[in-house]
Amino acid sequence: MKRVIIIAGHYGSGKTNIAVNMALAMKKDGINTVIADLDIVNPYFRTKDSLERLTEAGIKLISSEYANSNVDIPAIPQDMYSIVDDKENHYIVDLGGDDRGAYALGRYADKLKEENDYEMYFVFNMYRPLTPDAESALDVMREIEEACRMKFTAIINNSNIGELTDVQAVLTSVAECDKLSLSADIPVAFTCVSTDVYEKMTGYEGKLFSLELQKKII
Amino acid sequence: MSDMVLMKGNEAIAEAAIKAGCRHYFGYPITPQTEVAAYMSKRMPKIGGTFLQAESEVAAINMVIGVASTGKRVMTSSSSPGISLKSEGISYLAGCDLPALVVNVQRGGPGLGGIQPSQSDYWQAVKGGSHGDFHNIVLAPASVQEMASLTVKGFELADKYRMVSMILADGTMGQMMEPVSLDIESTFTVEKPWAVTGTKGERKHNIVNSLFLQPEELEQKNFERFERYNLIEATEAMYEEYLMEDAEICVVAFGITSRVAKNAINEARKQGVKVGLIRPITLWPFPKAVLNKAADKCKAFISVEMNMGQMIEDIELSIRCKREVHLCCRTGGMIPSPEQVLAKIIEVSEKED
Repeated sequence: MKRVIIIAGHYGSGKTNIAVNMALAMKKDGINTVIADLDIVNPYFRTKDSLERLTEAGIKLISSEYANSNVDIPAIPQDMYSIVDDKENHYIVDLGGDDRGAYALGRYADKLKEENDYEMYFVFNMYRPLTPDAESALDVMREIEEACRMKFTAIINNSNIGELTDVQAVLTSVAECDKLSLSADIPVAFTCVSTDVYEKMTGYEGKLFSLELQKKII
Repeated sequence: MSDMVLMKGNEAIAEAAIKAGCRHYFGYPITPQTEVAAYMSKRMPKIGGTFLQAESEVAAINMVIGVASTGKRVMTSSSSPGISLKSEGISYLAGCDLPALVVNVQRGGPGLGGIQPSQSDYWQAVKGGSHGDFHNIVLAPASVQEMASLTVKGFELADKYRMVSMILADGTMGQMMEPVSLDIESTFTVEKPWAVTGTKGERKHNIVNSLFLQPEELEQKNFERFERYNLIEATEAMYEEYLMEDAEICVVAFGITSRVAKNAINEARKQGVKVGLIRPITLWPFPKAVLNKAADKCKAFISVEMNMGQMIEDIELSIRCKREVHLCCRTGGMIPSPEQVLAKIIEVSEKED
């Protein structure tokens, strides 16, 4: 497993949810994991919303001290440099959405590339209105790569329509994600499904990752 | 189900506006509505529309006045402090009888306030919110699907009555993600013989103006405008009733707080309290008639709001103060919990017994 895992993708594709779930899963496997919230574009739903769960699991969170406050400033805390400096721990970097959100990664790009021990995942949700197919998702992919000066190494298929997601919706998305994989020439790491859909995916042979939704539904 | 997509409330407003034929968006970024502008910046160039980030809110609303004068569907969006900056232009739109859509994704106030969700611009929205004798049509969505459908409705009502429609949402509605059907084309169109589109030498030129040199003329304009407002109040009020058939207590809430209230009402029903909800969908025109009717059989009302109690005044006026109206609120960017609303329902029900 690579030391640094970067989660990037289209706005609202589910990056934070995946980052938190992956951190919890890695910790369960006995890997010392730090989660770094590098999202400077969305001051609303943050990794910090899961602070209690992460702390309980013994996972350190690096996040702007202004996250979840009324201070609307795109700030990055100084200890964010431990992504590249602290080689003792594994890091999950939760990036902001789109190219706008990816700029923040640029300042660490040279060191990350030099160390060359990272995985950069593109999160794909074909049920988001601006990435309905492989072609549009590839455009977003290229915009993000340009903004942060790093290349994606794999794709996470997180296609879902909220509570309306069923097995058929997941299978349809797997086919589209394969197309994206072919045109981007990088592999699909796994497909995310919510815990209830996960149980119904019997017989599916691809790699699945069961996601627990972190957000509160009103 | 295949036609459903997963959207943020702010994105749903933007896409619905495009579906409604809006090709002109002018705005200025402010949390928590920035996704409206961000979405428009990606979409408008691809469909031959205009996305323009103006130098300020004041500039943006004046650009809206310009496009509205030509009869094209046009919109702007902002959050609370930005709407205050736009309020001068909103009054000019009213004075010129121009249709436009204005979106307010509210945050806590007054002043710069905070970025967390709020409903504290209720008074500003439903009482005109700027100088002069006028109203805006005010629509309050309570789901991402309604963010889309009421945006389309807003454009149609604006055209029909030549006035501003405002979507009054809040930070939570703007940011939350839900499945949405985008099967929402706008079918309603009106002729706009007043539009400034060039005479081609074939007609008398049109004038769009809010300055009247003779007070008699201005008075007549206001009389005519209020006749329209009366018609709107009589015909366009929209609301949802929930478990009201046998309700003895009537909760009134709009937007995100109506969802919290529904959870609390379901819980109270389990405990044997006969309580229901009236959710105003139009805040102006306010659904006065249905509330007044509810006052004939309900013993008490509870207004649930994310402000210090603003809509409560319209409830009291609607029911002519026949029943007591209690307030259950949070403010400053805080959202009432279902437990808080439930406690209020129980408290009022015990008091009325």
